[in-house]
Amino acid sequence: MARTWIAKAILLALFLAVLVQGGSRLFRHRHFDITVVAGPGVTKVVHLSDYCQGLKGTMADTLVFFMEGKEAGGKMLIMSNTHANEPEGFLAALIIIENAVVEKGTLLVIPQFNHSASRNTRPGDGYPLFYEIATEWGKKKFRMGNRDASPLDQWPDPDVYIHYPDRQLLSFIDVRNVNRTWPGRPNGPLMERVTFAAMEIMRQEKVDVAVDIHGAETMFPVTNCIVAPEKSQKIATLATLTVKAREGFDNHVEPSPSGFRGLSHREIGDYSATLPFLLEAPIPFLDQPTGPKTEKLLLDGKDPFLLSLAGKKKLFVPYDESGWPLEKRVGQHCSVTLEIMRQYSKKSPEKAIIVQDIPRYADIVKNGVGHYFHDPKGAEKNKIYLN
Amino acid sequence: MSLIMIFYYAICIYLIGLLVWNFIREKKNFEDMTLYLLVLIPLILRVLRVK
Repeated sequence: MARTWIAKAILLALFLAVLVQGGSRLFRHRHFDITVVAGPGVTKVVHLSDYCQGLKGTMADTLVFFMEGKEAGGKMLIMSNTHANEPEGFLAALIIIENAVVEKGTLLVIPQFNHSASRNTRPGDGYPLFYEIATEWGKKKFRMGNRDASPLDQWPDPDVYIHYPDRQLLSFIDVRNVNRTWPGRPNGPLMERVTFAAMEIMRQEKVDVAVDIHGAETMFPVTNCIVAPEKSQKIATLATLTVKAREGFDNHVEPSPSGFRGLSHREIGDYSATLPFLLEAPIPFLDQPTGPKTEKLLLDGKDPFLLSLAGKKKLFVPYDESGWPLEKRVGQHCSVTLEIMRQYSKKSPEKAIIVQDIPRYADIVKNGVGHYFHDPKGAEKNKIYLN
Repeated sequence: MSLIMIFYYAICIYLIGLLVWNFIREKKNFEDMTLYLLVLIPLILRVLRVK
């Protein structure tokens, strides 16, 4: 009898150790806030729930940064962390928030578009919970998120997700994937409310251009590209040709499929006057045949298995020993966003968007991503936001 | 919180109670004791809204 109770006590102690050790790490990840230092261009910060009451008080509510120029012009909405396990878009958006100065027109930036997913993780795939970027003032720490919203915030999942309003049958998991729930509805599942709020921003603020920034596997054909529907393709084509000629990196245009519903590049164009663009840069971390999913792989994109596959021509992007580092991916996103802005401004001079101090591809590759982040300790308190 | 979520958490708490009760009652089989505790982990993390 005594032997049983001793064994039970030992098992219970082991159980509590596992529960506390594992649980506390996950708890810290979910409640860790990333510091954003609003740059000189930020004129106001609002919440996404200001455009959809159904988001108020939920984990899906997120910050919207307005950067208004002195002169009226066009308006561009930039969304990143639609998939929170594709951090290059988020880092590009933070560089814009912390550095850009708008001279004409308005930029609206939602850096954590799927805020719930940014507080979720994928332990089954061995994702790191955090990653750090070296800066001149120390290391800046970020949460590594997941593709889909947390089930703590939106649950249960249906057997099949029936897209609204087209009623196309999608995978059950897509109900928590904010790039399958466009154009959304105010009383739908949480992720539909997120996309509905973004559609409301575009309709109420009369946004001309929307850019949704992502990362994609090197083994996936839709990578290193701009995905654009018919009405955005001319600007997208000019943007890809220009960055290739002037800045020397590959980028191409992928047409937005009209039969695949719920995606930003399809529904924004179909349900508003806004021109949508979805940007993809290669992120080796997301490929399946890689080594361990470490922070190093996330940052430098170097993997021996992908290198071997590149030799067999199985990848859709050039790949060598230098991998596909974060600087290149973030740099591409900044340059392509700037080029879309420039091409739109050339096409519609009365609605031009003119922005200064966003670094381009070569600057970010040379200086590193961390060079463009500001030390929160040296910033005014009213310029600091936790997201 | 929606009604179905409240039901879900109530079911989780009920299952936690069953597993703890089975763990207390088990006298001989250490494998079963270990299994009861392992199954408890995700349920407790969910009820505590950690994962």
